[in-house]
Amino acid sequence: MNYEETFPLTTLKSGQRAVIRSISSECKGLERRRLLDLGFVPGSEIELAITGPFSDPKAYKVKGTVIALRKEQSDFILLAS
Amino acid sequence: MSTPSAAGCASCQISPIYHSKKLKNGNEKWDYTISLAGNPNTGKSSVFNRLTGLKQHTGNWSGKTVAKNEGGFSFANKKFKLVDLPGTYSLLSTSHDEEIARDFLLFGQPDVTVVVVDATRLERNLNLVLQVMEVTSKVVVCVNLIDEAVKKGIHIDTHKLSSILNVPVVKTAARSGRGMYELMEAIASMAESPERPINPLIDYGLDKMVVSFIEKVKKSLLKQHNPGWLALRIIEGDLTTINYLKNLTNNGTLEELLRDGEKIKNILGDAHHDKIAESLFTRAGDIAGKVVSKKNSVRLKNMDHMLDSLFLHKFWAFPIMLLLFAIMFWITVSGANAPSTWLYNLLIESFHPTLKAAAITIMPVWLAGLLIDGMYLTTAWVVSVMLPPMAIFFPMFTVLEDLGYLPRVAFNLDHIFKKAGAHGKQAMTMMMGFGCNAAGITATRIIDSPREKLIAIITNNFSLCNGRWPTQILIASLFIGGLVGAYWSGIISAIAVVGVAVLGIILTFIISGALSKTVLKGKPSTFNLELPSYRPPNFLQILYTSFIDRTLFVLWRALVFALPAGAAIWIISNINVDGLSIAAYMHNFFNPFGMLLGLNGIIIIAYIVAIPANEIVIPTILMLTVLLHGMPEAGQGAGVLFEMESTEDLMKIFSAGGWTLLTAVNLMLFSLIHNPCSTTIYTIYKETGSVKWTIFSALMPLVLGILVTFTVAQVWRMF
Repeated sequence: MNYEETFPLTTLKSGQRAVIRSISSECKGLERRRLLDLGFVPGSEIELAITGPFSDPKAYKVKGTVIALRKEQSDFILLAS
Repeated sequence: MSTPSAAGCASCQISPIYHSKKLKNGNEKWDYTISLAGNPNTGKSSVFNRLTGLKQHTGNWSGKTVAKNEGGFSFANKKFKLVDLPGTYSLLSTSHDEEIARDFLLFGQPDVTVVVVDATRLERNLNLVLQVMEVTSKVVVCVNLIDEAVKKGIHIDTHKLSSILNVPVVKTAARSGRGMYELMEAIASMAESPERPINPLIDYGLDKMVVSFIEKVKKSLLKQHNPGWLALRIIEGDLTTINYLKNLTNNGTLEELLRDGEKIKNILGDAHHDKIAESLFTRAGDIAGKVVSKKNSVRLKNMDHMLDSLFLHKFWAFPIMLLLFAIMFWITVSGANAPSTWLYNLLIESFHPTLKAAAITIMPVWLAGLLIDGMYLTTAWVVSVMLPPMAIFFPMFTVLEDLGYLPRVAFNLDHIFKKAGAHGKQAMTMMMGFGCNAAGITATRIIDSPREKLIAIITNNFSLCNGRWPTQILIASLFIGGLVGAYWSGIISAIAVVGVAVLGIILTFIISGALSKTVLKGKPSTFNLELPSYRPPNFLQILYTSFIDRTLFVLWRALVFALPAGAAIWIISNINVDGLSIAAYMHNFFNPFGMLLGLNGIIIIAYIVAIPANEIVIPTILMLTVLLHGMPEAGQGAGVLFEMESTEDLMKIFSAGGWTLLTAVNLMLFSLIHNPCSTTIYTIYKETGSVKWTIFSALMPLVLGILVTFTVAQVWRMF
């Protein structure tokens, strides 16, 4: 896996689509599994659905569901460019 | 916000399910135990309600069911006990609700487990199906919300799914009752079928070391459990599973297994567990790919997106939120007017004198006073002042809840909660607190971090609850609305009530922030929140649930406390010592303190009487004022409670008690900021298990309320 070609979910622009490459190895255990539970699984297509009043949290559309994440978590999700 | 004690109240008479009978959850002997698992927002509660006939409230947001609910039904002459587990995304993350669900599947040994999945999001939901099937083999998959899937152009090949999983798969639309008979049939035949081996569906690509460990577990442990699953839990060091095994097996073998498991854990590390989780999700994606086909329809997708662009808009999100709540209160204040007048005229103007006159002829005067002037009048006040606003407000609130607006509020507010060092889901428990603080505090179980859970518990009291809305609405209509002409009074009162509620939210932020910077230091943890699809509210269901679960529940609680309070008030007002009643002594004692806070002695006594239930503050104040200052002459056509030209009766009572605008403002503030009711205090103790935090949660808002009202009174009197 080439990590230089990934960028964090946080930088995804409104309406832009991408594919999840991996979840950062810094994100471990319960937190990592929770992201996987919610559908942030490598290979899934993802798009930024709503930015919200403060730009944090943002809501992403993944696997047919809209899920809101704080910046701290969306930083862990790496997308293929 | 289904109040915990109100759930499970009635069994439904109108139901589309034929040949089946709903059973009340009583002492019946059950033939089979069925557990109901599923992701949040899959309509699992609707399935439960359809099967059992319980009209449990089904809000459109996750975390609504925080503990197990039980009910029952009978089918084909067998009795089935149904246990509704908390909605969970997984069984692997060991949060509180997932533990409840998993423990029940493991130790409760249900005969059949129904996994409810959302047809529109099958892939993500299949994770849970696969995980449940690792623990138990007797599974029925219920593909719910099939009507929504059809609208979205999603087709699911349930035959194929059934043959891949090797369990029955039933399509349902629980909201309309579709497929429920087939579901019951599948449950019944699965329950009666013989034990079947657990059929592992996932290839974890395990290390050789783990494979041979699984073989070892297989040889030495119980046959009814999946050895692969048990082995993986032992390697993880999962305490619940290990304790369970310790109770069941020969210690020597188990100890050896535990030692081996720990060795493997040390060699493989965290990465091993994450790899297992990922292979599960890969398998789910793989199965979904085979059974789901989709015709592209963009129209409905845009509907959700359009509403979200509005409700979560950068600039408009907050104005819209305030506007929605202001409109709700405005409708409540102006709509409650006529029915309140009618009830007041009926219960107080006509019935009270008639009843009193009749009572005097058949019983001693003192007893007639106690029953009619004390108990009846207090109760009549509760009904006429509280019932109409509640019956209007709660259905509207329930509409917002069912629509899916509450998670959006949580989304909008999360940033501020994060700044305050608190959890985003505190917004959800706060919203629930607007219904009932005790329910809001129970709901804090959706917050995993103990620190953030405690912050949510302590600050929940700043959510203005059911019991306090009527006080706010009444005082605002009389005193604040009265400042302007009749034309504007409804809107101005609504704004005042919203202002108090917003002040409560601001206090929640300030106190949460203060706590997380002092006694409850720590970093904010993670936040993730599903924003479910907007669903058209089911109006009949809403009328029913908001009336039974909320309006009648709150009214009942108010009446239960109003009757003894009415008696107590009458007694203390009528027993004289040295020519003065006990109430007068109490009033003289508390009045200087009350005046210092811009309130008065009667209000202080009312808040002491109302510790069991905030609902009776206003009736107590009215009763005491009438008894201590005398009932003023009723005006012509008097009795209108909420309209300025004709509020003479109530206003006369208040002015006899020496009320000013300051008294009203400070009463509204004190009603927001004071100790929680006794039910809430007990719930805090149950949830925290700590006497120290319970006392803190009870006294902190009281002290704060005294400080705030004192300051306002001093500043007010300067001008």
